Amino acid sequence: MTASADTLGPPRTSVGVLGWLKKNLFSTWYNTLLTFVTLWFLWVVGSGLISWSLTSARWDVIAANWRLFMVGPFPPDQVWRVWVVVLFVSALFGVSGGVWGGTVRTFTMSLAGGYATLAVIALFVFPVSENLVWLLANLVIVLAAYFLARGRKGLQLWLVGAWLLGFILTILLLQGFVGSTWLPEVSTTQWGGLLLTFMLAIVSIVVSFPLGVLLALGRRSKMPAVKVFSILYIELVRGVPLVTILYMTQIMLPLFLPGELRIDNVLRAIAGMTMFTAAYMAENVRGGLQAIPTGQIEAAQALGLNNALVTLFIVLPQALRMVIPAIVGLFIALFKDTTLATIVALLELLGVARSVLAQPEYLGLQTEVYIFVAAVFFLFSYAMSFASYRLEEALGVGKR
Amino acid sequence: MERHAAVPLWRDVRVLTIVSQIVFVLILAIAAGFFYSNLSSAMRQRGLVTGFDFLERESAFEIGEALIPYKPSDTYARAFAVGVLNTLLISAVGIVLATILGVLTGVARLSGNWLVNRLAAAYIEIIRNTPLLVQLVFIYFGVFVKLPPVRESLEFPGSIFASQRGVVMPRPLPTETFGGWLAFIALALVAAVVVWVVLPRQPRFRYSNAPMLIGLGVLALVPLAGWFAVGQSPLDIELPVRERFNFVGGIALSPEFSALLTGLVIYTAAFIAEVVRGGIQAVKRGQIEAARAVGLTETQILQLVIFPQAMRIIVPPLTSQYLNLAKNSSLAIAIGYPDLFNVGATIANQTGQPVPVIMLVMVTYLAMSLFTSLLMNIYNARVQILEK
Repeated sequence: MTASADTLGPPRTSVGVLGWLKKNLFSTWYNTLLTFVTLWFLWVVGSGLISWSLTSARWDVIAANWRLFMVGPFPPDQVWRVWVVVLFVSALFGVSGGVWGGTVRTFTMSLAGGYATLAVIALFVFPVSENLVWLLANLVIVLAAYFLARGRKGLQLWLVGAWLLGFILTILLLQGFVGSTWLPEVSTTQWGGLLLTFMLAIVSIVVSFPLGVLLALGRRSKMPAVKVFSILYIELVRGVPLVTILYMTQIMLPLFLPGELRIDNVLRAIAGMTMFTAAYMAENVRGGLQAIPTGQIEAAQALGLNNALVTLFIVLPQALRMVIPAIVGLFIALFKDTTLATIVALLELLGVARSVLAQPEYLGLQTEVYIFVAAVFFLFSYAMSFASYRLEEALGVGKR
Repeated sequence: MERHAAVPLWRDVRVLTIVSQIVFVLILAIAAGFFYSNLSSAMRQRGLVTGFDFLERESAFEIGEALIPYKPSDTYARAFAVGVLNTLLISAVGIVLATILGVLTGVARLSGNWLVNRLAAAYIEIIRNTPLLVQLVFIYFGVFVKLPPVRESLEFPGSIFASQRGVVMPRPLPTETFGGWLAFIALALVAAVVVWVVLPRQPRFRYSNAPMLIGLGVLALVPLAGWFAVGQSPLDIELPVRERFNFVGGIALSPEFSALLTGLVIYTAAFIAEVVRGGIQAVKRGQIEAARAVGLTETQILQLVIFPQAMRIIVPPLTSQYLNLAKNSSLAIAIGYPDLFNVGATIANQTGQPVPVIMLVMVTYLAMSLFTSLLMNIYNARVQILEK
């Protein structure tokens, strides 16, 4: 059946732009009022913010201290090591994007876009500098790695190994070796800025992962001694603020260890963050463990697997897969919580910001500097939470 | 039938369980002993002592704001109590305000108005994806410290002033007829509770809004009638008056308290908004359609169908947000508000006895956390029964 030629179309006010406006902004009298109040609010705040940031804000403080914000007191002649690490990560991201596709590809492409944007900004801010060269090298390597690896599914397992190896190599390369001439030691006390922020978060989450899994298994164990210990640890740590734990490891860790063993500020902060994160990790993993249907375990037992094998090959693989998005969420929280290291006098991104503001020539620029720091955190956290959201959809968590 | 061969000891699950627990406890004991011996030798070397004797000594430091009278000649124990009370104050006020802002934002996030919806989403995303500490130092050093001096302080409607010295607002002062008015309020409360408890049991009112509205009416009208019945006004409003260097009268909030409160409320409200949104969205569409089909009004649907079911989902995550707020108030040290952790750190510095002080601080936080969880668990249990 076909519609006759003189059929009237829908009223003009219910379709198209007008229809959308009526439905979403002016459906009732109070919605219309609300729309105008919101518009007025946006106008007042937005116009003030834009005119301030274009006219009276002094953004030169960011450009002048760029290296400090990125690597802190890392020796300037050794900064190439950080760039090499970034190159390596770029290459790994490129390959991952090519091999896995999907969300990872979106990510790789955003990374490339990010390098291109930064390179354009660098072209205006620091016309002649090696930063520009490094940024372009990164852009090239991301894209090259992506196109070389595209569609090679066989690389998947190698890639996981490469990421783990990359983690260890990164630490060795940044740390260097005592007495070496071309790779002199850069002790962790000289790490700073965004580099330290990332290292604190990554090292803590990697170390706390196995601890958290053990604690989660311990909490569900049938052995009372193990169970009580796990519950006590998890609940005690979750009941106190992170600052108090950081303060405790800062002051008490040296007292707990034998006198000969000295560990510096940064390692103490990492120890504190690891202790803290392990408890939250355990709760996340426990959530995954509880979601495994008992039938899975009974079936495995019926096949004659003992408890250890059931846990290792049946329960954990399914449970961990299910909690990946939750772990990403935990990583975002930890990434933001690294700012607390400022309170125990570490020079991570916020710490650097405070030391920059203490210089007489930048007095009174708190607004600019803190907005910059917040923007950097927002960029990374938002990207990660977006990734976690996509991952959740891809893994079909809660849908099977 | 022949008997099964006995399982050898090293493969008997019961034996293995016991042995592995003994090994576990032994390892723990050895680790604890190792740490303890290191700790005691290190403390001997540095002349640190255990015990809490230092609490009785004179503190000799100033605290910017205190709820109980405090002077530097008081003991460390009293200084510690000041810190605990400050933490409790900021947590209590913060929880109330964050709940209000969070629920409003959560509802705005579900609004059919596109602009309001997007604005709420932007607020939630920006706040949730930046660190609280950065927000706090921004609000304190970037906003409150940069406010104009008292002479040029900003004035808001209702005699609220903001300046470098913080925020001042009017304060209600009870007069001599206040006691009589209080009796009216108590009467109204009792009457309202009676209405809420008794009326819904009548078959006529079982599914109606009337009991709630009557109760609210009683709660509003009786104190209002009392206000005029007692003759003289029971409350005087004390307006802050600007003097040359500072304000006199009214409630004065220090810039540290105001900044910490603003930061904690804005941050926690963004998380509460997501909790509220999740709870409301989790109520199944069919429930609402069924309620409409049996002829409930929209208000009744909200009150009898959506709200009770959403509460069941909202309460547990809401509890952890409240606990987070209380724990996050320890970031006060970054902007100089004398809360529990800040005062604790000062005491640890001054006495040179960090170990017992840290223990004391952690135990206090733990007690607060456990107490709040306990209260919320009781409430949660009631909400759950209400639903089924």
